[in-house]
Amino acid sequence: MNVHPTLKSTLKALLYLSPALMIIGVFNIYPIIKSFAMSFYSDYDYFNDVVYERGLDNFIYIMKDADFWLAMKNTFIFVIGVVPLSIIISLGIALLLNTNIYLRGFFRTIFFIPFVTSVVAVSIVWRWVFHTDYGLLNYFLGFFGVDPISWLTDPAWAMPSLIILSVWKGLGYNIIIFLAGLQNINKQYYLAAKVDGATAFYRFIHITIPLLSPTTFFISIVSIINSFKVFDEVFALFDRRPGPVNSALTVVYYIFDKFYVEWEFGIASAAAYVLFIVIFLFTLIQLYIGKRNVHY
Amino acid sequence: MNKGALSKGFIYTLLIAGSLLMLLPFLWMISTSLKPANEVMMLPPKWIPSEILWENYREAWNIAPFGRYLLNSIIVTVLSTVGELITTILAAYAFSRIQFYGRDILFSFLLGTMMVPGEVLLIPNFVTLSNLGWIDHYEALIIPWIASIFAIFLLRQYFLSIPKELTYAAKIDGCSDFRFLWSIMVPLAKPALITIALLKAIGSWNAFLWPLIVTNSKDMRTLPVGLTSFSTEAGTIYELLMAGSTMIILPMIILYLFLQKYIIEGISRSGIKG
Repeated sequence: MNVHPTLKSTLKALLYLSPALMIIGVFNIYPIIKSFAMSFYSDYDYFNDVVYERGLDNFIYIMKDADFWLAMKNTFIFVIGVVPLSIIISLGIALLLNTNIYLRGFFRTIFFIPFVTSVVAVSIVWRWVFHTDYGLLNYFLGFFGVDPISWLTDPAWAMPSLIILSVWKGLGYNIIIFLAGLQNINKQYYLAAKVDGATAFYRFIHITIPLLSPTTFFISIVSIINSFKVFDEVFALFDRRPGPVNSALTVVYYIFDKFYVEWEFGIASAAAYVLFIVIFLFTLIQLYIGKRNVHY
Repeated sequence: MNKGALSKGFIYTLLIAGSLLMLLPFLWMISTSLKPANEVMMLPPKWIPSEILWENYREAWNIAPFGRYLLNSIIVTVLSTVGELITTILAAYAFSRIQFYGRDILFSFLLGTMMVPGEVLLIPNFVTLSNLGWIDHYEALIIPWIASIFAIFLLRQYFLSIPKELTYAAKIDGCSDFRFLWSIMVPLAKPALITIALLKAIGSWNAFLWPLIVTNSKDMRTLPVGLTSFSTEAGTIYELLMAGSTMIILPMIILYLFLQKYIIEGISRSGIKG
């Protein structure tokens, strides 16, 4: 074990790293650069790897494409629908699970189950749950006097359906992370507050919320990034369509469509980079807000 | 005291209601998958079919080559998990136990690339694989996935927590780096390796967009891709659709129930870092 790097140790390290670096280099790093280059290819033959013309055409195309803006709008609605809802519900459940109750592990196990299942398969199951005439959801809503809703065929309900499915699917992950965060909070704070006569509500607002803020911050960053990339759910829930009259067209669906259906590699690459930049900016904004508001 | 019992009751009610919401879609799926056709579309829904019809599974199996899909999914999941473990162990060892020029820069650079969404990589990777002639072959489904920066990061952190003194002792006894890694570090890191393997296996089994894009023929489809094309063919024959979904969902639930400790620990640990 050398304390200082030498030429020999560097060669040895490269030997150990070579299998991983080869794969990561070819399939992770090269495509990041290549994709950026491709987004400027306006005339291109991918089979022979010949570029006839470069320019901003692809970016101009997507900026003028109403479908792209619809996809952006839908994706934002999805993010705004899923992230806060999922955080509030999972925090609530994590708080319940963090109390002194029996069968805690059992409940935790159950809430996490959807997370390990295939998005495509559960979306098809939910397609059946959402069925207008014989679906489970409308049947239960019927008890409350709600008329059958055309969850998947009415454009107004397509996005809410997608949000319900996604919240349900991702709840377990957030609960596990919230629980880990809650268990990291030193019990002494609660004891001290109790001695001083603080109510449960007061303790929640002034101890749990601030001390849990790094965890909440982490979850919101991860959820926002993942929500921006929603695709599998849309594809399977609406059976290979982006919802009725494009009502569930998301950015990744748009990229997929341009790439795999229309074979417009340049446009698809440009759209993918725009998505990357949007996600990146959002993460930066969050980091900035986090710096000012997260208590470590 | 009475107030405590009341709030306890309230907590249990909420948790049980929540658990039911989590489980009902799965129970509904299994129930539908075993029903005769005339009991599927029924109000109020019949939870327990009048006769348990295993036939549905055979029928789904006959309409689409689910046997082949299953085989492909197993091959892809097993090989990419084993592959990832090997590349990860080697790379994590270099990052945690060998001092070399540019180590920290390389490591931060790799972590930085994790920010880029996978969708950005899709198109160039597709072109690369076409040029290699791997489209519609197992190579395309497996090779790009046998290394993961996230896994290397996870294992490196674990390796760092193993005392350095062990390395010195082994060195004095004349143990080579390579032998030390496989006979001491790897057994010690077993919990982390199981976590990495499980997360990989789940991800690989459930992967959709990538296998959809790199396969053309029926023979190369994995279960999720096969299921979506089956769903377009079977349309509204829900008992068959649910039988197909059960085949994908149930194996992972069973795997999870047996090994949940490793999955949950791995996920909690990745969260605390934030």
